[in-house]
Order: sequence, then structure tokens, then C-alpha cells
Amino acid sequence: MEKYRIHPENGLEFGIYTLGDHLPDPHTGERISAQERVHELIEYATLAEQAGLDFFSVGESHQEYFATQAHAVVLSAIAQATNKIKIGSSSTIISTSDPVRVYENFATVDLISKGRTEIVAGRASRIGLFDLLGYNVQDYEALYEEKFDLLRQINEQESVNWEGEFRASLKNARVLPRPVEGSLPIWRAVGGTPASAMKAGYAGVPMFMAHLGGSSDRFKQTIDAYRDAARAGGHDPAQLPVATAGFFYAAETTQQALKDLYPHINEGMKRTNGGGFPKQLFAQGAEPHNIMNTGSPQEIIEKILHQHEVFGHQRYVAQIDFGGMPMDKIRKNIELIGDTILPAVKKYTAKK
Amino acid sequence: MKLIGLSGSQVGSKTRTAMNEAVKKVNEKYPGIETDIIDLAEYDMQFSDGRNYLDYEGDTGYVTKELMEADAIIIGMPIFQASLPGALKNVFDLLPVDAFRDKTVSMLITAGSAKHYLVADLQLKPILSYMKAQIVQTYVFIEEKDFHQKEIINTDVLDRLDRLAEDTVVLTQTFEQIRENQYDF
Repeated sequence: MEKYRIHPENGLEFGIYTLGDHLPDPHTGERISAQERVHELIEYATLAEQAGLDFFSVGESHQEYFATQAHAVVLSAIAQATNKIKIGSSSTIISTSDPVRVYENFATVDLISKGRTEIVAGRASRIGLFDLLGYNVQDYEALYEEKFDLLRQINEQESVNWEGEFRASLKNARVLPRPVEGSLPIWRAVGGTPASAMKAGYAGVPMFMAHLGGSSDRFKQTIDAYRDAARAGGHDPAQLPVATAGFFYAAETTQQALKDLYPHINEGMKRTNGGGFPKQLFAQGAEPHNIMNTGSPQEIIEKILHQHEVFGHQRYVAQIDFGGMPMDKIRKNIELIGDTILPAVKKYTAKK
Repeated sequence: MKLIGLSGSQVGSKTRTAMNEAVKKVNEKYPGIETDIIDLAEYDMQFSDGRNYLDYEGDTGYVTKELMEADAIIIGMPIFQASLPGALKNVFDLLPVDAFRDKTVSMLITAGSAKHYLVADLQLKPILSYMKAQIVQTYVFIEEKDFHQKEIINTDVLDRLDRLAEDTVVLTQTFEQIRENQYDF
């Protein structure tokens, strides 16, 4: 775990992630400018740090309704604006980038942040970026596997010898600068299905599992499959951190939380993914065993502790800002996390 | 409320003739409903390659987006090789797995003979169920002999299409009301 800068004895890590979406607030129909949105994200990260959170990450999406296509640039501004919170991507689309350039960027962000930077590498859920960046979508899987392997090799070896299909060969190549501690924590982004998790397990790579909602038992299967695959691949699951990431919203009551949040999720998903979020499933999200963390602060504490008991994971990452969530509600949520939720989560998950 | 009549074949005229009739009946009975007919014979559709439907362009993008925005869909299809036409199956393949969630879908089938009456029950309905459609259980099955010179000449078939139009609209409106009253957020 230490290799990944995770210390389970300090309790479950609590982080925040944003996809960097840039959507109208469905309650008003208004959308802030891209400039305002980017500054909002930098402020969001500083608020997360002030509240004592462990991690803040920004995603990469190359489509309409997003503002952080250049997410490494946004992260470098966040690196400069913060002092102690760990930062990373969620996720970096490694399939359509050159791993050498990605590593140079993130190693530099790591230097700016003085050793707080991580990479979560994913493969994109929408595929418009393949045309935009000049890749063939038929190579979707192969691009991801090859480039992710190269990224890991660059991380582990200062001098790289490499040959592959989608990039010029590297011969005794030195990829510089090196990060503060010589290497970065690199996670594999997983979409919640056991098949996807097993690939991370076989490779012995930390898993960053994003999910929309559902029962904790269903996602336990995915996490078990990951650990089983890791064991089968000759790795020790006890040394491999697992992060879960999903929707979070706290309000005075569950009913208020559902009312505030639903239009953001539903309208936002319609625009970015082409289908809304069914009310039935959203209402079930408030159930104690559901991994969507919506409800009152007390209910959310109990949910997160339940998830920790079932999953044995090392980091939970909350998504609060999706779908044009206004900044005052984001602030209020971070306040509730910092004042009430985080202290309770740490108290019950830290090893005394 | 938006209703689409999807004529699911690239050849022949019977399905389109019956679809015109069904949508005409919706328009006559429920003038407030926005209707449109998508006849696959008029569109240049590409095969599904697994991408999100928002990422298709041209005719493929148009047809998939229209269907996703509809509240009700009447699917019309002939029987090909004892099954549904490939052109129609491709439309299903282009859409997300739960594309018909909160949509009402009804069916009219045209065929050369009565021998394939159960094809819709055995092959079309399972696909619609999987895609989470609210299905109007009774479909209209129309044979070759019910058509003459691109007109339906059997008044019994016209009555059945009339009931199909009504069932489709009433079921759509009813489910919408139920959904609205179910949750207070």
C-alpha cells in the first residue's frame, strides 16, 4: 500500500472527483462560462483541502458539455493552489494520448505539487475523441492495453526499451522529469463490471472503480473478482488499494437530497450520455445498502461505513458537482463532509 | 407526447401502407399528439459498431435520436426468413440496452401468409422486453390478402389498427401519469 501512498491505519481515505462537466443548472437553465467553471474547479479543490479531505481529481472528456479536456493543465493550477491534498486524474484517457507526454505532464504536476500527484488511466465511455485525436475506434481495447502498459513501464523504469503497434519504439529512452519519489501511483479505471475489474487484478494494478448506483452486494462481486484475479496473477491483494467513486449529496433530509440532486443527474446524463436516470433507481439510491451516497449526513456516514465493511476498500471518492450543481450547494456539501461526515468516517475506520 | 411509427424494412410496401394507416388513426383520434413516420427504406443506416448513439452522424444519428426522444413507438415489420428484418434488428443494435425504458411500444406485422403469426411473440417481444419497453400485448397481424394496390381492403384489419392506435396512446399516457405520481422529487 505504501508504494501507492495509502496508509490504511489512518482510516478510509475520503476524496472528491469531478468529470469536469460543464452543464447548465437544470433549476435555472443557466450555464456559467468555461472560464468560470475552470476557476470553480480550482476553488472546489481548495475547499476540499480546507475540509481535510484526502484526494481531489479531475477527469478528461473531449465532448460537448465538458471543460477539462486539458485536465493536466487544470491539475497543475490545483497543484499550485493547494498544499497537502493528494491530486489526480479521473480519468486520463490513455488510449488516445501518448503515454510519454502524459507521464511528462503528470511528473511535472507532481513536482509542482511536491509529491502529491497520481494518475487514474481509463479508456473513455464516449468515442468522439478517437476521431478528434486521430485514432481508430476499432482499436479501442488494444490501444488502451498497449498504452497503459507503456505508461506503467515508464513509471517503473527510468530508461525504457519498448516496442508496440501504436507508437514509435523507444530505445533507452529517458522520460523526464521524474516525479518527487521516482514514481507515481497509477490506478486502472474500472467501470464496475467484474470482467473489467479482473483485468486490473491480473495486472496487479490498483483499481479505481466508478459506479452510478446499485447494491453494495453487487459491487462486492466486482471487488472480489479483482482480488481473486490479483491472487491468480501472483500479486498480493493486501498490497493493492481499491477506490470506489460515485454520486454524493447530503442535505437535511433524504427527501431534500433527492429533490435537490435528481434534476442535475437526470438532465446532465441526458446531455452527456443520451439517457436520463430512472427515478425508480434514483429513489433506491437512498437505501442503506445502496452505494449511491445520498441522504442526511448521518445516513451517509452509515452508508459509507457499511460500504467499508463490505468492500474493505481504502478510498472513497465523492462526485458532487455533476450536472451544473451551483457552487453554494457544493460549498454546503463540503462543509457537511468536513464538519460531520469525515470525522465520523475516520473515527470508525482508523486502526487505533 | 411524441409518437413515432417505425416502418422496419427496406423493401416492399405492405408495412409502410399499414403504418400510414395506423399513424393516421392516431392523428385523427388524438390531434394533440406529435407524430412522425420513420421508414427505414428512406434512410441510409450504418451497422451498429457499439458506440453511444449520440456519436452516430447522418441518417443513423437522426433515426436513433428520434427514437430515443419518442414516448411511444409503433413498430411495423414484415417477416423475413421466419424472423424480423435485419434492417430492424440493426436499429435495435444501434440503441442503448435500456433504450425503451419509460416508452410504450406496439407492433404491427405484415406477412405473406398466416404461417408466421407467432414470430412477433417469439422473436420481437423478447427484444422489446429486454430493452425495457412497455409492450402493448396485442399486435395487428396483416396478411397479403388484406391489401390491394397499396390499400388495406379488409375493414376488420382497419378496426384492429384503430384499437392498436388507441391502446398505444392510452397506455403511454397512463404510464406517464403513474410515473409522475410515484415520486415526489
